[in-house]
Amino acid sequence: MDTILPLTLEDVSFQVGRMRLIKDMNLTLDAGPRTVIIGPNGAGKSLLLRLCHGLLQPTSGRVRWSTAAGETAADAQAMVFQRPVMLRRSAAANVDYALKLRKVPKAERAHRIDEALGRAGLRRLAHQPARVLSFGEQQRLALARAWALRPEVLFLDEATASLDPAATYAVEEMIHAIHAEGTRIVMTTHDLGQARRLGDEVIFMHRGRMLERSPAAQFFEQPENDLAQAFVKGELLWWKRRELDDKPHHAPRFR
Amino acid sequence: MHDFGSAFAAAMSLMVGLDPDLLEIVGLSMQVSLSAVGLAALIGLPLGAAVALFRFPGRMVVVVALNALMGLPPVVVGLIVYLLLSRAGPLGTLGLLFSPTAMIIAQVILVTPIIAALTRQVMEDLWSEYEEQLRSLGAGPGTAVPALLWDGRFSLVTAILAGFGRASAEVGAVMIVGGNIDHVTRVMTTSIALEVSKGDLALALGLGIILLALSAGVNGAAFVLKEVAQRKQG
Repeated sequence: MDTILPLTLEDVSFQVGRMRLIKDMNLTLDAGPRTVIIGPNGAGKSLLLRLCHGLLQPTSGRVRWSTAAGETAADAQAMVFQRPVMLRRSAAANVDYALKLRKVPKAERAHRIDEALGRAGLRRLAHQPARVLSFGEQQRLALARAWALRPEVLFLDEATASLDPAATYAVEEMIHAIHAEGTRIVMTTHDLGQARRLGDEVIFMHRGRMLERSPAAQFFEQPENDLAQAFVKGELLWWKRRELDDKPHHAPRFR
Repeated sequence: MHDFGSAFAAAMSLMVGLDPDLLEIVGLSMQVSLSAVGLAALIGLPLGAAVALFRFPGRMVVVVALNALMGLPPVVVGLIVYLLLSRAGPLGTLGLLFSPTAMIIAQVILVTPIIAALTRQVMEDLWSEYEEQLRSLGAGPGTAVPALLWDGRFSLVTAILAGFGRASAEVGAVMIVGGNIDHVTRVMTTSIALEVSKGDLALALGLGIILLALSAGVNGAAFVLKEVAQRKQG
């Protein structure tokens, strides 16, 4: 399959009413590293993922995948949300439904379902109704469903935010494995520990802007941005540096 | 009170003795109402889902109209269908007036808005929960309709029951378009009205009890079915 990467955001802004929630975002995501987007509540992390994934359309600017004209990048992407949304049918049927939507031939679906459920450790629950599974199991199922689609890019929005440590560990193991098979991981998290464990590179967002993008090791060692420094140290920062909003040139630009 | 007691006793003996006239009336009632609800569900479920999921100009008008039509007066529907089907009317050549088919048509018109309006509400709630995930998987509103109807099945049973309640209980529409003809279009509600006006309280009361029992039975069965299935499915 032809690659849909790199993904390029050109001057992307997203506005609701008069509130600019994403401001002049320029970003290129190449194949390879796992990107973790961090930042305080309301920074625009989830919006950024949705803009990239195509669930939201930018108010201005462009979100561009490297597809040939007329081709769609949507079939090469998947997304896992904070709250798993399961249909009222069995765990296996939930995966099957997603595969059917992507027009995977019937002969291949059974194999993919079994493989995905096996990797999520859910094989024995395959025929249970998905909605009676525990929250952690449902989130693993959501990852399995996304995985079965063999996406080139997988977006995860706070995928472990509502999970206990054991379930979080299981989900992180799955993310590792999906990355190891060559899927590009782009995720948001509140959890700095998780960002350290899973991130190859970190994007730090605040008030709709990307303030820093650097390799994870460097970011956690020595963030360049002073807000990022405060964030990594665990300081509360939404009342700080209000003037930043009014002077966009202070924000470093990244390609 | 004495009248009531003897009427009740007579009603019981009619029911226990499986009076053939009584059975015929009950049978026709069920045939008409169940057919009407079946057809109304075939129209109302997709209609309600479409109004819930698609954005089109005038959508709010349709939503308000559907809600308003839930309270459609049966006699008015009866009158309109009567005018359409009467010999001089536009559909007069079909010769359907005073037939069970005419009664089914009238009840479909009564029940469809109820099922469609309740379905719209259920579908809208489900879509707001599922939309991002389904769109992420590649399903737009059109593709998602069957899955959403299936996932809303427990709530939709209630919508269909509401429609059945309306159809089996109304008297105005079936009276006008059916004519309450003995052995042809006489159903439970029309014969209750007739027997009361004739003073034959026994048959009226018997039919009334059966009507209540059927209604309670159908709703009870549906409730139990829904509870059991929902507990299993989560």
